[in-house]
Order: sequence, then structure tokens, then C-alpha cells
Amino acid sequence: MSDIRLENITKRFKQVTALDDISLHVNDQEFFVLLGPTGAGKTTTLRVIAGLEKQDEGHIFFDDMPVDTLQPADRDTAFVFQQYSLYPNMSVYDNLAFPLRSPLRKTPENIIKQRVTEAAEKLRISHLLERKTARLSGGEMQRVSIGRAIVRQPRVFLMDEPLSNLDAKLRESLRVELKHLQKTQGSTSIFVTHDQIEALTMADRIAVLNEGKILQMGTPHDIYDRPATTFVATLVGTPRINLFNVQRNNGSLHITSSPLHLPVPAASIPEQLLLGVRPEDVRIEGDGSFDGTVALIEPLGVETIVHIKCGDQTLLSVVPGAASHRLGDAVRFNLARERLHYFDVGGSRLI
Amino acid sequence: MAATSQPQPGYYVNYSTRVDKVGLRPRINTAIRAIIAVIITIIVLIPVVWLGMTAFKSRPDAVASPPRVFFEPTIEGFVFLLTDRRQLSESEIAEYRERTDLSLPDQIVLERGQAIIGQSDFGRQLLNSLIIAGASTFFSVFFGLLSAYAFSRFDVPGKDDLLFFILSQRMLPAVVVSIPVFLMYREVGLHDTHFGMILLYTSFNLSFSVWLLKGFIDEIPREYEEAALVDGYTRLQAFRKIVLPQAVTGIAATTVFALIFSWNEYAFALFLTSNVARTAPPSIPTRLGTGGIEWAAVAAGSLAFLIPVVIVTFALRKHLLRGVTFGAIRKG
Amino acid sequence: MATIELRQVEKKFGEAHAVKPLDMTIKDGEFIVLLGPSGCGKTTTLRMISGLEAVTSGNIFLNGRDVTWLHPSERDIAFVFQFFALYSHMTARENIAFPLQAQGENKAEITRRVAEVSNMLKIEHILNQRPGSLSGGDQQRVALARALVRKPAAFLMDEPLGALDAEFRETMRAEIKQLHLRQHATTVYVTHDQIEAMAMGDRIVIMSNAVVQQIGTPAEVYHDPANLFVARFIGSPGMNLVKGQYANGIVNLPGGSKIDVPTLYRQRLENALKDTNGEVIVGFRPEALRANAENGSCNAKVYADDLHGGFSMLHLELADGIIVHGRMGRDVSYPIGTHFIFDIEPSMIRFFHPKTEMAIHANGSGQ
Repeated sequence: MSDIRLENITKRFKQVTALDDISLHVNDQEFFVLLGPTGAGKTTTLRVIAGLEKQDEGHIFFDDMPVDTLQPADRDTAFVFQQYSLYPNMSVYDNLAFPLRSPLRKTPENIIKQRVTEAAEKLRISHLLERKTARLSGGEMQRVSIGRAIVRQPRVFLMDEPLSNLDAKLRESLRVELKHLQKTQGSTSIFVTHDQIEALTMADRIAVLNEGKILQMGTPHDIYDRPATTFVATLVGTPRINLFNVQRNNGSLHITSSPLHLPVPAASIPEQLLLGVRPEDVRIEGDGSFDGTVALIEPLGVETIVHIKCGDQTLLSVVPGAASHRLGDAVRFNLARERLHYFDVGGSRLI
Repeated sequence: MAATSQPQPGYYVNYSTRVDKVGLRPRINTAIRAIIAVIITIIVLIPVVWLGMTAFKSRPDAVASPPRVFFEPTIEGFVFLLTDRRQLSESEIAEYRERTDLSLPDQIVLERGQAIIGQSDFGRQLLNSLIIAGASTFFSVFFGLLSAYAFSRFDVPGKDDLLFFILSQRMLPAVVVSIPVFLMYREVGLHDTHFGMILLYTSFNLSFSVWLLKGFIDEIPREYEEAALVDGYTRLQAFRKIVLPQAVTGIAATTVFALIFSWNEYAFALFLTSNVARTAPPSIPTRLGTGGIEWAAVAAGSLAFLIPVVIVTFALRKHLLRGVTFGAIRKG
Repeated sequence: MATIELRQVEKKFGEAHAVKPLDMTIKDGEFIVLLGPSGCGKTTTLRMISGLEAVTSGNIFLNGRDVTWLHPSERDIAFVFQFFALYSHMTARENIAFPLQAQGENKAEITRRVAEVSNMLKIEHILNQRPGSLSGGDQQRVALARALVRKPAAFLMDEPLGALDAEFRETMRAEIKQLHLRQHATTVYVTHDQIEAMAMGDRIVIMSNAVVQQIGTPAEVYHDPANLFVARFIGSPGMNLVKGQYANGIVNLPGGSKIDVPTLYRQRLENALKDTNGEVIVGFRPEALRANAENGSCNAKVYADDLHGGFSMLHLELADGIIVHGRMGRDVSYPIGTHFIFDIEPSMIRFFHPKTEMAIHANGSGQ
């Protein structure tokens, strides 16, 4: 297994700059996630690491060895695609064996058989080995794709949104399996996704990308508790964070278009800023300092999302279990002071 | 309130756009559809059947008016197609009539006062057709496949212009350039050669090949080859092991179309060949006999000409069906 | 007024059942969600209600009127598609006006109605643009406006949020629901996302393999699932389901954990489990776990600890290969391999028959 280092990678497609001076370092045996919306550049980053695209500027190192001039075949990476990674006219066994049968490796058949059966067991697809891949379900297909990567025993696993095309339930179960697999194999993995739950639950560290730039890199806790920008704050967390324009006047912070006032947390806070409150930090309490009315109730079973209208603003709040409130009820609530996020008007974190 | 409508058996028109929909009364629908299909097939096949019948008619039957549906079959047409004959003098006719060692064909031509002096060149021309059409189809598909793959996967400079240029060739009617090509060929000594014809047909088929095959290859997800590349295969190996098997339907469809074009090609064959490389199409309609065109022979020749293409198309029919519908019906 | 009634509606493709005979009544103004995994029959059911698909047998009534064989345009319903189905060569305004033009409305009325719905959906500023230049969320708003402008008796929506990015999905979800609260129009909504179903539905119809599994309010399907499928499908993750052995008021779980059976269930369990030799499936949701280091009756080994943002999800191994999930606050961390001792909140325990997979209800609470 290897550690991967990207230094100042820039990649352009005609007029568009897909990657803008990207630098990152993935440690050996780490599960590293690239998170961002569609078009952020995460897939391009992965393809550049694999060698399927050539960067315009910058260098890539595997274990401190530059790999820029190496062909994809020589970089010893395994790539799991979002879809279309299985060859339809071959059986599952042949699909799993395919990478090992490449002329580059020249693996003897008995070793192939051993590795294939091992991988099939780990992914619980041993009973499917003789089947043609066209007759598999979505979840089974992705398992085989992952199996194909595992048999290679590569230096690094590169996974491009492998779970995105699966049903929500399938995604949940495969997610846990993948993470457990990675932890027990100790394989360096770089995983691309736009799903923030996948990122938070699976990653050792996350890099948040948007428009070809890295906005923040850190552990899931870092990203969730101390988002570096408003973009990161809104990207991560369901329901999404409440974000407001705030003015500072007369020694307190005032949320525009609402009667809400808060104390100034530090002297360095500017006149205009953005305030972020996560819904779980908007606490509906009988003795709350603020008033509002219930505008919408979304019961999710384990918790309920309550939309509170306060002035012209709407705040989202989560209440554990069922909410006894009805539409139009008056409620009182508090904002957990220590868990507020302050950003300047440009979107960067202040304190 | 609007009146309720009652279901009318067989009346409901299904607005479903799903391919696998089933009509209201499946049994009736299928029967009607089958009958219509049979009627259309009969209408389409009538000329072919007529051709087949004419091939086995005697000369008077073949040109009879009104057309004769019932007739006495004879191999006269084939004999006149496949043999060279000479006119016999009166005395020779009488002499031949005495002989008992005459084969059936000899007897047939004797009826017209002729004797067989050897095989006609039709067989050779048919063979020429096979060679020239076969070779040009092979080359156009082969090179077409490689070009199509390159256009589909690589960033070729001026790709759009090149593709349009290739397509524009298809808009060119062959007849328009037949004179210039004739002059060119005569100049370089390619007139009436197999090589010349193969070269020409390949060039003309290539534009069609490239366009059709590029469409099929575009449909094959790039991820397949990229996975192979990452796994350690060279691009050529990835092409051979992955793209080729997936493109089989496309290749089959292209082969059939290219073959049909080359096989039926008339204009160039007429201008650019005379003896050595003459193919069947220009020669079939010119089967002259005494007193005009031997229609039975023409029919016989056409029938013989039909058969190889029918065999090839029939052999590839499964691929053809998939190839023709491939782009249209895709699982989401 | 728009009640929708399905009576023994069935759909077959050849011999294969896409929808087995189903009965369903949708009340006027109700927001009903058809929920299930891909291929369960929910979209086919929706299409039969709309008329885009013919029924194989059964009848569909709209406001008491038998519409089973009517052309979709005669049923007074509006359909919203997953991929918007907007006309790319027309502007947003023209798209929205289209249904009214098709009905032959006069120009003044069309202008007025288009302005009305655009204002409602806050898309006035994009009316002159073509769909190709709009974001997914805006495109879906235009599609909704096009449906709304007709003021139909009912709205049918086929996974309208499926093609949108996650952030749009949450916003649009709330918007659609608020629209419904204002319009009170009967809506039938299809999705495979159970979070959407729970958040939006007045009632949820859960389907699997062409069969209806349960019809109920979000609270009902969440707290009292009718069978194992519903228990697993609703909730993320789904309900923990563990096979155990019942005897004398206690269920023994693998690995030595024990659950005290509330008195309410005991009689029922004794009867229901006669043919299983005491084997029973216990169900409890992740939020039902209560850490109790001193005298908890259940114990497990920590298999994984995932941060989900505001809370952590613990993966606990009761015994070899048997994993349950527990939802815990983020403040405590549980290292992999440590022992976790806990109780399960008694009011949140459910029981299922291992063979029939049906829920075993407490005494006196019906079937």
C-alpha cells in the first residue's frame, strides 16, 4: 500500500479549468474521501491519479516516487467506476480474473483461482461466480466491481461514486461493508462522492472540493464542527444548516428580517457577517428566549424537522422522536450559543 | 359531470410508451398483426417469386402476355445463361438431330438450332463479384472499425471537420465521378483490374462504415476500456478483448450494408471493367440471344446473383436485428 | 373534490405480475406516497391512475366517476415526471402555458394563470429562459408550474426529486409540501426514498414485489411496521431485527443478551410462537438503545463507530456476524472492540413471526 501526494495539480479542458492548483496528501492505509457537488473536479482528480488523464501542471507521487510519466497500467492502481465496469459477455469469475490475466501480470492460473475465491468470499458473492454479469442485481454488480479491484492487490484503490447508482437501502449496507473491508485489509483508498453521509461515515479524512479547488481538508469531525466556509457548512449535514445574514449594531448581532438578537461572541466580529446554526442546535424549549410559529412539520420517525417562522426568516429545527406541535402553533426556542458558526460575507470562517 | 365511458373490447388505445406493453385483448391484437405482416410479406415477395418462376420458364412463357402463372418448368434459362453457343447450319442441325449422345443442355439449345461451344463467362463474372465485393467489404469494415474507434475515443485534431468530410462523400452519386475515375484508371493502368475495383469500392464504402461503426462504438461505455487500461492491458488488447465483442452487432450490420452496396454496384462496374474484372450486375441484363434478350436467362442470372447475399444476410440476421435496434431501445 | 379509488387494480406484462390486485382509497386533499424499491410496482400503479398504462383488470374511480378506460387527457389529472419532460425548444413561460393552450383557453386567461403559478413558485425571473439553461431545481419548479396551471383534480408525481442534487431535494421537498398545504389538492407521489415519504406523506403505501405491504401514516409505519420488509425499509438504517428464543417472558438473543418481554405481549407471543418452538424475531430501532454500563441486560462488542453529523451510529456485534445499530450522542466515543452494555427501551420493542414475517401485535390491538 502506498501514500499518495498531489502537488499543485492543474488540469484544463479547453476553456474550463477543472482542477485549480490542487495539493493533497493521502496517508498509507487511509480511507480518503473527495467530497463535492457534480462538476467540482473530484472525478477528474481521481482520473489524473490513475493516469487516465494527464495533468497540465503539477506532480503526483506514490511513496515519494513521481509517477507522472507512467501509463495507467504501470501505476498499479485499481479503479472502481460508478457503472459499466463489468464486462457483460463474461461470467463473474472471468470478470474477477480479468485484471490478473493481463499480459502485464502474467499470473499463473492457480494463483488467479485462489485470489478470485478469496475476494468472492470477502464480498459474499461466491455463489455468483458462474453467473453472467448481465443477470446480476445492481448491488451484486458493484460487489463484483469492488472484487475486481481487490484481486489486483494494488497500491491504492480509486473509487468513483461506486454507490451512487444504488437504491438508498443498498447503499447503506454496502457502505458499512466497504468501510469494514477497508479497515481489515488496510488498503489505501481514495473515494469520490457527492453524498455527505457517505463522506462522514466512511472517511478517515475528507477533502471538500468545489469548482476545482479544495475548500477544506480534515477529519469528519473537523469538517462538521468547524466548516471553513459557508459552502462546506451547507454541504455537510442533514437537514442543511440554517444560514442568515447578520448585522452587528449596538453591541449585539441582529439576524436580518427577524426579531432575533444574539450577543457578540468576540471583538473581531465585523459589521456584516453570516451566521450558521445547525438544526440540532435550534432547540425548542418551553423557556426559550426566542418566539416563532410552526410553518411546516416533517416527521421522519426517529426525529422531526420543524420549520419555524420567525419574522421573515425560517429556521429549521430537529426534535427527537415525534413533535407534539401542529401547524401554526407558537413555539419558543433557544440557539446553542457555543455551537454557532460565524462567517464573513465572503463565506470564510471567522472564529 | 361527463358521462362515464364503458370499456369497449379491443377499442381501447393504449397510450403506454413502454416497449413491452400488452394491448387490451392480446390474442386479437396478435392475430391482426400477424395477418398484416403476412400480407405485407406477400406483397414484398411477389417480384422475387416472379423472378424465380421466370428463371424456369421457356422463352415464350417468359414473355407471354397476359403473364403466365402456370407453366411447364424448364432449365432453358440456365442453359442459355451458362453456355456460349454458335448457330448451326441447316445440315448440321439435321446431323445433330440424329445423334443420341446429346446431353439435356445440348438438346435444349438444339431446339433453337444452336450448339454449345463452351461455358459462358457468367460463372467467372459471378466469381469476380464475389471476390471484389467480398474483399472491398472486408477492407472497408476493417479500416472503418479502426477509424471509428479512433474518432470515438481520441481527440483527433479537426475531428468534426474530418467526420463531415467523410460523410459528404456519401452524398456523392457514383455516376457523377465515373468518367473522371475512368480516365484516371486508364492512365494508371487500373482499368479492368480486380485491384482497381476493390480499391474503388472500399473507398466508397468507408464513409458509410466509419459513420455507422462510430455510432456503435460511441455506445460502448469508455469505462470498459479504461478499467482494462488501469488493470494492465494495452489499448490494442483492450480493443480486441472488450470493444470487439461488444461491437459485433455493429460490425455485422455494417458488413451487410457494405456488402449489399458493393454487390449491387452497377455504374462503376459498367464503366471501369470490360473483360477481366467484369462483375455480374452489368452483364446480367445483356444476355442476348437470337431475336433479343433472353429473359429466362436474365431471370436465372438474377436469381443466381441474389443467392449469396441472401445467405450472408440470413446468417447474420440475429446480429442485424440487434444492430438495427441497438441505439433505439436502451435500459435507462 | 378529488377522491381516488382503486378497486382490485391489477397489471400484468404477459404472465408477470407488475401489480397484484390492489385496493386503495385516497381521500380528497390527501398527500399519499407510493413507496418501495425499484421494480416494486409503484410507478406502474401511478401510470395506471394517470391512464398512461392500461389496467389488466380492476377499476379506477376519480370522484366516483369510472375513469378506467379514459384517455389521460380526459381524467383531469396532471403528471410531473422525474426528468421534468420540459419542451427544450420553448421558454419556461411557453412550457407553462402549453397545457392551457391545448385546452383552448383564451390568451388573457392564460397570461393570468401563468403569472399566478409563477408567483406561487417564485419563478417569475426565469420565465423567458429555455429549460436547457436552468438548474435542476428551477426546471422542476417549471414542471410543477405546468402541472399546477391546469388546476386539475389530482396531481400525480413520479419521483420528481430523483434527478436533483441533494441540496435541491431538501428545499424542493419542503416547497412541494407547502404548496400542497396551501392548495389542498389530492396528490399521489411516487418515490423510493423513505425519508421523502415520511417527511411528505399524510399516508404511505409501501409496496414490494407488486404487493402492498402496509398502508399507514408515517408514525404508524415507523412505530408499528406490519412485517419485516416494512421494518427494514423504513428508517435509515432500518429496524434492527434479531432472531431470538422466547421462554417465560424473556427473549434470549445470541451472545447472551436478554430482553424482558412487556406483559402486554406475553400472551400473544405464547400463542403466536407455538409453531416455531419459541423462535421469534425481535425488532428495535437504533434510537431505542440505552447505554447502561452497570446493569444493562444486553451486551455487544463495538464493531464500528460512525459520525453522522449530529449523532453517532454504533455498529454493535452481538455475536458472530450479528450486527445491530445504536444511535448515540456524539460526546462519547466508543473504540472498536470495547464492550458495550445496554438496555432496549421497552415501549420500542417489536416482535415478528420468523416464518410469516408478520408483526405480532400486543394484546387487544387487533390483527
